[in-house]
Amino acid sequence: MNAPSSEPSSAHPPEPSATPSPEPSATPPSALELRGITAGYERGAPVLREVSLTVGAGEAVGLLGPSGCGKSTLARVAALLHRPYAGTVLLDGEPARGWRHRAPRAQRTSVGVVFQQPRLAADPRLTLAALIAEPLRATGRKDEAGERTAELAESVGLGGELLTRRPHEVSDGQLQRACVARALVLGPRLLICDEMTAMLDASTTAALVAVVEEYRARSGAALLAVGHDRTLLERWCDRTVEHAAVQAPTTGKDATGTDATAAATGTDAGAQVGGAPVRSGRRAPADTSAG
Amino acid sequence: MSEQNAESEQDAVSEQDAGSEKDAVSEKGAARAGALLSVRELSVRFRMRGGREIAAVTDASFDLAPGECLALVGESGCGKSVLASALLGLLPGNARTSGSALLHGTGLDLLAADEATLARTVRGRRIGLVPQSPAGHLTAVRTVRSQLAETVRELTGLRGQELAAATRQAAERAAFPADHLDRYPHQLSGGLAQRAATALALVGDAPLLLADEPTTGLDRDLVDRTVDELRGHTRDGRGLLIITHDLRAAERVADRVAVMYAGRIVELSAAAPFFGEPGPRHPYARGLLEALPERAFTPVPGMPPELGDLPEGCAFAPRCVRASEECATVPALTGGLACHHPVPAQDVAADSERDRHRDLDRHREQDRHHEGSRA
Ligand code: SF4
Repeated sequence: MNAPSSEPSSAHPPEPSATPSPEPSATPPSALELRGITAGYERGAPVLREVSLTVGAGEAVGLLGPSGCGKSTLARVAALLHRPYAGTVLLDGEPARGWRHRAPRAQRTSVGVVFQQPRLAADPRLTLAALIAEPLRATGRKDEAGERTAELAESVGLGGELLTRRPHEVSDGQLQRACVARALVLGPRLLICDEMTAMLDASTTAALVAVVEEYRARSGAALLAVGHDRTLLERWCDRTVEHAAVQAPTTGKDATGTDATAAATGTDAGAQVGGAPVRSGRRAPADTSAG
Repeated sequence: MSEQNAESEQDAVSEQDAGSEKDAVSEKGAARAGALLSVRELSVRFRMRGGREIAAVTDASFDLAPGECLALVGESGCGKSVLASALLGLLPGNARTSGSALLHGTGLDLLAADEATLARTVRGRRIGLVPQSPAGHLTAVRTVRSQLAETVRELTGLRGQELAAATRQAAERAAFPADHLDRYPHQLSGGLAQRAATALALVGDAPLLLADEPTTGLDRDLVDRTVDELRGHTRDGRGLLIITHDLRAAERVADRVAVMYAGRIVELSAAAPFFGEPGPRHPYARGLLEALPERAFTPVPGMPPELGDLPEGCAFAPRCVRASEECATVPALTGGLACHHPVPAQDVAADSERDRHRDLDRHREQDRHHEGSRA
């Protein structure tokens, strides 16, 4: 990116009234569209209820919510890592047809994911170089590994001897740098960062956000950044969305609608909003509750 | 390790103190004399296989006064948690310490004391530890009430009805709700687990609270509440040493800040000028603060060095735009700064002038500081 020189935007309260999206006549399909996603780990007690959220092509959306609210589950659903009970996931306009290893390769590899805890997300037996190249190996593109790894390692600030170390021999920050490089190695169209920097200090946070933004500027990839740090997400993303606002209301007063764009708080007045509005068959109950 | 000559060392320390920290802590000067804890030239070395040595902490010196909150900040791996472990005598067997850490009122040098003394008289009684991961600190198979009661019994000798009452009081002091006392740790939210751990730390009524990354993994609201509550416990004269990588948490509660880089304290300053005007003077401290998303959001270039492979001279030199030949020698911490070319107070002010709105009060404060730095 780096860091717009303007004042960091101040926190805006979510606007309950929807800003009408521009007509999406000739625009490319949204990078990600979630329609009425219900998901969880126990059928009777889903952690997500009818969530709808759109990330436009090339757009950066921050999803804000307290820990334990289900936003990580949402990230996993969007990354095709967790199968929802109900709802539709569209990637670049294509409905997802499977989850985890059943997901079609082209779809699976079009999404890069970075998690909060690099130690839980990295195979402890691999060197950092092998870790970064892992997705290339897994998709039979081993021959590209050398060149791509070196390139990406450099962009995340890892080099030389560090790449020969294993996770337990490096710091959390260094390991997370490797995990970001791994998420970028297949050239994803969409990046999902789930609390990517929650464990990191301010400087490493700024460095990794810069890496992601450089990649996005180069590739035009979209971003869904999930987190609880409002200041960070408002600085980083085109717009932020409250997790509570993308869920179907359970009580009718804590949520304002089902369409994420309804609760968008643009950090930049000119930011492109959300690509296509959600056109699920389901009517948004927002009208009744938002007043 | 120095010999246990606490009394005379204490005198030497207070003299040295008066000179070396004057600048950074002037407005707290009065409190210095009655410091709770005086750390001088604390160093920790780890001996590794193959004769390698890791310089985890080098020559750390600071004081903590009653009622004061000092935040020790820095990136992970900068040595700040090792420093905390050294004060509690919780270092692994391959560690070697030097320097002193005098706990006033006990005549005890924490670095020289043996494990039995530390276990019997220091941990829990003189120093309450608020741990990094409360869930890991609490025993999973016992209720909060039972764990709290055990600690109360151990530290007070109370039994029966009195014990039960004291247990409830202990919970109350940390704002842990009484109707959650019979829960197990996994049934608690992150915030309540943190309060349970804080309640345990407060039982012994220790004059010094040491909180090691107490807010890791908590949401911002909860971070704010947790540090505010910790801060609240200094009102009756406790000292609070809070170790954190979270600069916003430090800004919220600290009276003074110590910034650590590569095992050394590089800046020790009153919190107000550090977070406000004129801002940090050490290039690293300044870079770290400017990396925050509410500020410039630009990273400090490069990465910190390995503690087992520190460069000669100032360890920040490879990343520092102000580095010169002089920086090939390690700068000593004088007047709260360890840097050959600290950012001049005027420059900082001039820079911020362009960036930020400022009011007249701040100009006045800046002038005052300007005078101060000439003195
Ligand atoms: S001593 Fe030199 S290299 Fe170190 S921080 Fe100061 S100016 Fe930079």
